Amino acid sequence: MKKEFKELTATAVPLPIENIDTDQIIPARFLKATSREGFGDNLFRDWRFDAQGNPKADFILNDNRYSGKILVAGRNFGCGSSREHAAWSIHDFGFKVVVSSFFADIFKGNALNNFLLPVQVSEEFLQEILAAVIANPATELKIDLPSQTITLVETGKSESFAIDGYKKMCLINGFDDIDFLLSLKDKIESYEQQAVKF
Amino acid sequence: MGKTLFDKVWDAHVVTTAEGGIEILYIDKHLIHEVTSPQAFAELEERGIKLFRANKIVATADHNVPTIDQHLPIKDDLSRFQVNKLTENCAKFGVELYGLGHQYQGIVHVIGPELGITQPGMTIVCGDSHTSTHGAFGSIAFGIGTSQVAMVMASQCLLQQKPKKMRINVNGQLKAGVLPKDVVLYIIAKLSANGGTGYFVEFAGNVFREMSMEGRMTVCNMSIEMGARGGMIAPDDITVEYVRGREFAPKGEAFKKAAAYWKSLATDADAVFDAEYSYSAEDIEPMITYGTNPGMGIKVTDAVPSEDAFSGQESFNKALAYMGLEAGESMIGKQINYVFIGSCTNSRIEDLRLAAQVVKGHKKADNVHAFIVPGSKQVEAQAKAEGLDRIFEEAGFQLREPGCSACLAMNDDKIPAGEYCVSTSNRNFEGRQGPGARTFLASPLVAAVAALEGKIADVKPYLN
Repeated sequence: MKKEFKELTATAVPLPIENIDTDQIIPARFLKATSREGFGDNLFRDWRFDAQGNPKADFILNDNRYSGKILVAGRNFGCGSSREHAAWSIHDFGFKVVVSSFFADIFKGNALNNFLLPVQVSEEFLQEILAAVIANPATELKIDLPSQTITLVETGKSESFAIDGYKKMCLINGFDDIDFLLSLKDKIESYEQQAVKF
Repeated sequence: MGKTLFDKVWDAHVVTTAEGGIEILYIDKHLIHEVTSPQAFAELEERGIKLFRANKIVATADHNVPTIDQHLPIKDDLSRFQVNKLTENCAKFGVELYGLGHQYQGIVHVIGPELGITQPGMTIVCGDSHTSTHGAFGSIAFGIGTSQVAMVMASQCLLQQKPKKMRINVNGQLKAGVLPKDVVLYIIAKLSANGGTGYFVEFAGNVFREMSMEGRMTVCNMSIEMGARGGMIAPDDITVEYVRGREFAPKGEAFKKAAAYWKSLATDADAVFDAEYSYSAEDIEPMITYGTNPGMGIKVTDAVPSEDAFSGQESFNKALAYMGLEAGESMIGKQINYVFIGSCTNSRIEDLRLAAQVVKGHKKADNVHAFIVPGSKQVEAQAKAEGLDRIFEEAGFQLREPGCSACLAMNDDKIPAGEYCVSTSNRNFEGRQGPGARTFLASPLVAAVAALEGKIADVKPYLN
C-alpha cells in the first residue's frame, strides 16, 4: 500500500456533507479483519448500499457520472473514531487525495501515514470546487505536493495548502516514520536513562 | 512565562526534535486491543522488527467481545478470529494480556485507571480515540491509528507536532441531577464537534476539582467529541488518593515521591493558553443529543432546534431526517424502546450505583429493552458485591458482561434500524449502534429515567 506522492491531476467525486465521521466511512462491523486489504469494498457502506446490499441510486459513489482519484468532502472530514481503517478504505477504493475545508486530527495523521493526501482548502474554495465538479464531472483538479498547491484546472484558480515539512518529505520520497524512529534508537535509550521513572 | 499542565508533561517526554520542529515524544504506556493492533503486529513481523519495550504494553479484548456467555467460544467467526489473533500475538511478542475470562478484562479505558496502570504525568496512547479518558489523571493521553501503534511498538515513540492549548473553565454550583456527562455534553454543544480540533484541552475550575475521578474520566473521555486530541485535569489529592494502593501504582516511598511530583504538574498561574472558554455551572442542566454528532445536544426539557449554529442547513436537515425528528418537537415524551448504560464513558461503578439508585423499587417500562454493560470484570464483581445486580434484575434491567458493546455495535449488541436508544455512550453518529439505529446520548440518570418511563422524561421527579 505504501508508495509515494508527488503530484496528481484527476477528476473528483463530490460529497458536500459536513462532519463525515469515520463510522460513515467504514462502519465498525467491518473492522474485524486482521489485514489492511479489502476495506474499499465497504467504504461508505451504509450510504452506498441498502440493508440487502443493493446499491443506493442516490449516493454519489453509485452515480456513474462521477469518478476519479480525488474525494471532495464537506468541513470536518474524518471526525470520530481513530480507526485507520477509514484511511485504508478510502485509499483501497482508489482515492489518492481528500479535499476538505477542515480535517479531524487523527484522520489527517492516519491518511498521511498511508500516502493518502489530505488537502485543506478555504471554505470558499471548497464550495467553488464542489460547484464546479457537481456541474461538470469532467472537471479536473491538479494537486502539486512539492509546491503545495491545488488548482482547479479549467479556471486556473489555485490555492496553497499546508503540510508538515517532515510528512511532505516522507510522502515525496516514500519514507515512513518507523525507519526514522528506528534510526533514533540511541537517543531514545539515553532519554530513558534520564526520564522520570514510572 | 509559566507552563501549563500540558507543557510540563509534554516537555518531560520530548526525546529530541527533528527538522521542521516535529518532536519525538516518548510514550510511557501503550494500551492495545484486538481491533486496531493486528495489522501493527503484522507489520512488525513483516519487517523483522521486535517490540522495543514489551513491558510498557498492556492488552485487553473489549471492542469485539460478546457480553453474554463470555465463557463460551465467540460465535461470530470473524470476531473469534480477531480476538484469538490478539491472544496469539501477545503470546508471541510477550505482551501482558487481560483477555476474556481474566479477572482484569474490560474496556481498555476502564481497566487502565482501575489497575493503576494509568498514572499522572504519563504519556499514554492506544489505538482508540477515547484514550483521552486517561487525561483525567493529568496524563497526556490520546488515540492513535494503527500505523502509529506499530511505531510505538517499534520505538516507544511517536512523531508529533505539539498541539495548541485550550483551557475550559467551569465554575459554580452544579444543580441537582446534573452529572459529569451533562457538563461535557454542554461544553461540546457550546464548542461544536470540531471546536477543539488542533488543541489539547485542560478542564479547570471548581466543578472539575470537586468531581470524583470517575466523573473526571467521563469528561476527559469526550474531549475527542469536540475534536480535541485529548483533555486533562490537574492531579490533586483526589487523584492521588484514587491511585494509591492500586495494583500497578508505586508503593511506599516511591508513591510518596510520585505523589509530590504529580501535584507539581498543575498549570502555573502565569501560563498562557491559545484559547480559553469559561462557563457557569448554574447554566448546565441534564442534557440529551438530538442529532448525529455529539455537538448536537440540548437540555432534556428543550425542543429540537430548527438549525444548528455549527453545521450547514443541509447537514442539519440530513441529521434530523435520519433521527426521524422535526424541528420544534419536544424531546420530553419521545418514546424510546432501548436503553444502554455502558461504554468507556459511563460504565464505572459510580455510574452503575447511580442507575441502581434511580431504578430501585421501580420497573422498567414494558416497551423498553434496558441493558447495563459494566466496564470491566472488576466493576461487574463490585456491582454484584453491592447487590446492584439484584436491583437491576428486579427492575427488569439486564446486567451483562464487560465490553464496548452497543457503543459501537461490533458484537451482537445492536440497536435495530429505526429504533431509538437512550445511550450513555459517546457517539450518536448514523449507524453507530447498528445500521439505521438512532442514538440519544445522555447521562446514566437520564437513561435510567427513560427506561422507567418508556420515553424521554424530566429527571426532576426522580431526584431526592
